[in-house]
Amino acid sequence: MSEINLLVNGQNLSVDTDPDTPLIYVLRNDLDFKGAKLGCALEQCGACIVLVDGEPTNSCVRAAAEFEGMQIETVESFGNPDKMSEVQQVFAEENVAQCGYCIAGIVCSVTALFRKTRQPSDQQIKDTLNRHLCRCGSHSRILEAVYRIRAGVAG
Amino acid sequence: MSAHASLANSPKVSDWLDFSQEGELILHTGKVDIGQRITTALALIAAEELSIPFDSIIVRKTRTDLDPNEGYTAGSFSMQHSGYAIKKATATARHIFIKKASEKLNCSEEQIEISDGQFRAAGTNFSVTFWELLSGVSLDVDIDEDVETKSPSDYVIQNKSHVAKGMVEIMTGKYQYLHDLKFDNMLHARIIRPPHYHCELESLNSEVVNRLKQDKVFVVKDGSFLAVAAEQEYHAVKAARRLSQAAKWKTQKQISEENIYSQLATNKKASFFVEKGCIPSATRKIPQLEKLDESQHVTVSAVYQKPYHMHASIGPSAGCAYYDDKSLKVWTHNQGVYPLRAAITEAFNLKTENVTVQFVPGAGVYGHNGADDAAFDAAIIARHIPKHSILLKWTRDDEHSWEPYGSAMRCEIQASIDSKGKISSWSHETYADTFLTRPITGKEPASRMVSSHYLEDALPWPIAEPMMVPHGGIHRNMEMLYEMPQPRLVKNRVYDLPLRTSALRTLGAYGNVFANEAMINELAERANIDPFTFRLNHLKDERAITVIDKLRYVMENDSAEDEQLGRGIGFARYKNSAAYCAIGVSLSVNDAAEVILHDAYIVCDAGEIVDVEGVRAQLEGGFIQAASWTLYEQVLYERDGIVSRDWDSYPIITFNNIPKMHTHIIEQPGMPYLGAGEGAAGPTAAAIANALKDATGLSLRKMPFNPDAIMAAALEE
Repeated sequence: MSEINLLVNGQNLSVDTDPDTPLIYVLRNDLDFKGAKLGCALEQCGACIVLVDGEPTNSCVRAAAEFEGMQIETVESFGNPDKMSEVQQVFAEENVAQCGYCIAGIVCSVTALFRKTRQPSDQQIKDTLNRHLCRCGSHSRILEAVYRIRAGVAG
Repeated sequence: MSAHASLANSPKVSDWLDFSQEGELILHTGKVDIGQRITTALALIAAEELSIPFDSIIVRKTRTDLDPNEGYTAGSFSMQHSGYAIKKATATARHIFIKKASEKLNCSEEQIEISDGQFRAAGTNFSVTFWELLSGVSLDVDIDEDVETKSPSDYVIQNKSHVAKGMVEIMTGKYQYLHDLKFDNMLHARIIRPPHYHCELESLNSEVVNRLKQDKVFVVKDGSFLAVAAEQEYHAVKAARRLSQAAKWKTQKQISEENIYSQLATNKKASFFVEKGCIPSATRKIPQLEKLDESQHVTVSAVYQKPYHMHASIGPSAGCAYYDDKSLKVWTHNQGVYPLRAAITEAFNLKTENVTVQFVPGAGVYGHNGADDAAFDAAIIARHIPKHSILLKWTRDDEHSWEPYGSAMRCEIQASIDSKGKISSWSHETYADTFLTRPITGKEPASRMVSSHYLEDALPWPIAEPMMVPHGGIHRNMEMLYEMPQPRLVKNRVYDLPLRTSALRTLGAYGNVFANEAMINELAERANIDPFTFRLNHLKDERAITVIDKLRYVMENDSAEDEQLGRGIGFARYKNSAAYCAIGVSLSVNDAAEVILHDAYIVCDAGEIVDVEGVRAQLEGGFIQAASWTLYEQVLYERDGIVSRDWDSYPIITFNNIPKMHTHIIEQPGMPYLGAGEGAAGPTAAAIANALKDATGLSLRKMPFNPDAIMAAALEE
């Protein structure tokens, strides 16, 4: 066990854990940010994606210790049920989720995309979402919501 | 006693409605929300009938000691079962409350107006709430199924866009999944499975076990069932790897690699003639397959095949359990808490009252995936480690290689048309393994749990009896709505097949509708009649005609439609008793022989619509999931085990190939609810096959329609 210092959602937090522990276990179990989900633990499905220095990043394989000094953001940091972010708000209004297990990762990736550009191309949108698998078939709804955000008709 | 199963089990208003919390209505239901949004639909029904705000209605997560026993959340029955029950319960309650309110407000019942949970005497300022009236009313009364319900013309809440229950929490990371549970004194667990079904534990390196124990890891060994548990989740992950290295397995037999479609045709089987109503007959002799006179009829024969498919949930299954030496509590995301309780009670020889099973949401299950087994596994571990909550998560590898798959199928169809282009004969023989190895209360449910076969006191693998009910499993949707001479339908329940199978969304309907509707197109082509007209020429059912007419209108009027695209359609009424669904597809095939989906046209009649957003999500999601099965998926395996153990070896559809959706729902206010959750799948497969024929001239009859299959079909031409 060793102490790891992480900057998560704007807070400096330290945890005592094995240094090889992948980030997702630290986020979910030690720090209680349960939004990110364990899906494949193989960096294949995107359920575990969080933002690291603004970039969508899988958290299921790389050790938490590798993320020291970096800015980590989870879905919880963008908004809460009383005040959601634009992406969360439009996703909720469009009822995009079915089981919702893939959604936290997708919210992270789409949030990062719109921070970079308000007018992502269709290809940029597909490249962003292509890191995520969904099994309920919510894809078309998610795409519609993303197009709506791009068109600036949120809220 | 009610003919309605849910009301027969739970006949009282108070079985369903609870006003005990001021300002809130709590709904009890035996149906669980697996992402199909049944909680939203039930809350909308209650909100409409009682004029209580949607946000003030809470839908409980089913628990065996507190909520109605409605069997499984399956078969697209949730609205027909729980929706109907909540409708009748709330309507009965409304009449009781109105009577009481009129007494309280000194006015006639006709003068009572209800809104926002309040009763008001018309033209006065006098009002009273449900909760203020509660002390004077008893809801411990029978639900009146003949009660007058609200007129659809007065609806103000149903069939409008609402943000679904739980949606905001999902978006903000606050929705609690089973995987997120946290208790004091909780241990995280992982299991170590054999290489495949037919293995048993030969030895376990005791040094490794001892070292793990020194590292504060609990090691559970029960026969060939192996598990580890630790306070830190990643300790459990690593411990499972170490224990896996320490285990030696003995192979009793290998998995048969003989071609699955040959096995479906030649293995031992039980065959049944399927009579009108899609009911297999135990007694009727199967008539000989005959061919009509070639001078008067055109006859077409074809074999359609689908491989094993996975549920392939994005979240591997999980289960949680706590045992205190007497009673067992289990948390599960499966589709039936009561049958699971029966399995656990039987397996561990416990009293029913000492076992509680609570539903907590998980990732989508789409039938009988690993959820039941994971809960059972957690219970096994909890019995070995009492007084700790055990949160067990299966790995991706566990889920892919041990879940019960949807069976491979083989459908042999021979059909004829006469000189007028009317179907003059139809024979369909369908072959598959069972679609039902779920635990069933009273039918040795413990033996349906996969780990029961590996425990010290191992149970033999059960052999599921053929389902003989209408549209049961393998024969689901063999019978079509089209008018024709009595078809020769034969169900073949095939034995001794290589992989574990059970209920996957639609059971046999997906394969049967694919085969039926692909053959319908082949006949239409021979008759030189367009596929819409050919279908309409064989239909008398007005609602079927309406959805197909509407699909034709929608597809013909899509101005964006590109002439170069291949187009195809498919139609079925799920189980001939649930939603009517007509699907159209436009697609192209690129130079790499990949199918590119452009447009999906969905027309559905699901009776009265309560939650329009939920119905659309089910239809569009059903389309996308079925498109994924059809284009990409097959479980690969070899003699030493399952090969498809992750998303690379079992690819599913991605955001790269999602068509534009054109969804139209036929309004049927006041009509009975018709389940829509599974209606899209079969017609989608057929629409894709038929569009591929239109685009390429190739008849794709063996899934998946991946580049290999398309190139092979092109070479055969």
